[in-house]
Amino acid sequence: MALGISSLMNLISRFLVELQDITLLFWRMLRGLRKQPRYFDEMVRQMDLIGVGSLAIVSLTGFFTGCVLILQAYPTLEYYGAQSSAGQSVAITLIRELGPVLCALMVAGRVGSAISAELGSMVVSQQIDAMRALGTSPARKLVTPRVVALVVTLPLLTVAADIFGLIGGGIIARYLYALDANSYITSLRTGITIQDILGGIVKPIVFGFLIGLISCHKGLTTQGGTVGVGKSTTDAVVLSSITIIIADFFLSKVLQGFFSSTLF
Amino acid sequence: MFDIETQVEPVSEASPFGPAIEFRDVELAFDDRVILDKISFTIRRGETKIVLGGSGSGKSTIIKLVLGLLRPDAGTIFIDGEDITQCDEQELTEIRKKIGMVFQEGALFDSLSVYDNVAYRLAEEGIDEDEIEHEVIRMLRFVDLEDAIDKMPIELSGGMRRRVGIARALVGSPPIVLFDEPTAGLDPPTARTICELAIKLRDLEGVSSIFVTHEMNNLKYLSSEYAIVDGEGRVHFEEEGDKLCLINTKVMMIKQGAIIFDGTDEELQLTSDPYIHRFIKGR
Repeated sequence: MALGISSLMNLISRFLVELQDITLLFWRMLRGLRKQPRYFDEMVRQMDLIGVGSLAIVSLTGFFTGCVLILQAYPTLEYYGAQSSAGQSVAITLIRELGPVLCALMVAGRVGSAISAELGSMVVSQQIDAMRALGTSPARKLVTPRVVALVVTLPLLTVAADIFGLIGGGIIARYLYALDANSYITSLRTGITIQDILGGIVKPIVFGFLIGLISCHKGLTTQGGTVGVGKSTTDAVVLSSITIIIADFFLSKVLQGFFSSTLF
Repeated sequence: MFDIETQVEPVSEASPFGPAIEFRDVELAFDDRVILDKISFTIRRGETKIVLGGSGSGKSTIIKLVLGLLRPDAGTIFIDGEDITQCDEQELTEIRKKIGMVFQEGALFDSLSVYDNVAYRLAEEGIDEDEIEHEVIRMLRFVDLEDAIDKMPIELSGGMRRRVGIARALVGSPPIVLFDEPTAGLDPPTARTICELAIKLRDLEGVSSIFVTHEMNNLKYLSSEYAIVDGEGRVHFEEEGDKLCLINTKVMMIKQGAIIFDGTDEELQLTSDPYIHRFIKGR
């Protein structure tokens, strides 16, 4: 019993220390935005690596998600005679939930792991110490550009995933279920509200911020050589993914309250 | 065993005659493990302190403390007369400009070329590109690596990486240079080249330095040879002897976080301490 309480206390204290470290990193990152040099070139380079580099996998994920959504939803809609709402059902599911979440999970896997591995390798090869010794703040030079790049590019990637998802859904509806293309497009246009689109943009902004901060934190706190790099990379992806899922629930609730006239 | 002198001189704020580095009763522990136990020592301007000790004795920790990468649990550390234990990160950044650091494996930035690595500090300070280029070439010439200017770190041998690391540390002519086992894992001729660079810095540039090592060859070179420049500007290395005795190189030995010896290399050779004897003789 005593051992159980002690383990629980250890777990809580580790969580609090981790939270404190992430908050400090966030604070240093904010200060990095305020002070010169701001490393705009590095931000643009990261946007290219993260945004352009992830476009293909995100588009593919969005496309096939749209395909499978209509594949699963259409028979039910047909049963109730609501085939004309097929476009709306895909659009709402994709834009509100699956687009932002799946896109964030894909980026967490591809980019979060890369960031954590890169920074972790820099820690074990003493490059971070060298950077500090040469008078540069690693938070400003490495963390700020990566987090800013993720916050900017993840909403854009999500929009791309949504568009490809809607196209995928349309193709399946037209060629597998012989639904009229105009009916699908009309259903899309009438089914999506501005609140849906705003919510679908706000979520990836928050997810991008979380992925960036968690991955950078895990990378910069790497311990134990190359084995430690592997561990911090895994931790970064797992923690980012779990945080995305949890944050999605609370964000949906907050957005639901904010846009009280619509269902989030 | 030698008595360690704990009496330290008062420091005048950034006095040109005060010590370059001074530790006063510095303590550091990670959880229950004591890393440094009340250590005190002084490094005068233009002096090289060779820090000897086995693996895990706390040698590299001293260097991290000098740079402000770690903070002591107790005690004070003065760099150029300034107490760095009271400094925030911003103030430490200014102090670090006075210090060059040579890491064990070079710690070069993998994504940057040799030129960009050496130019890093000046580029961060927003110095004019022409001035940066001039300084980078001067430093790479100093370490005899001018030809490698456009190479990437991955294309360099271990010895070349260390020399680029030295060039990077020397940009901006810092008055203090720290060497963290710069010859570890290198072949003897390359290790000798690294020691010669440290000797040149000490004797020709008047740099104060800490040279952490556990290799006795390094101790021999640094404590018995000096650099001179002949009439044609060529650098020669000569051994101390009847006409000259080096007084700008001291040796300090650390064991389990405590200083067990602080003095000259001649005194070190005469010690009767069995641990030191075994360390320097290898048996």
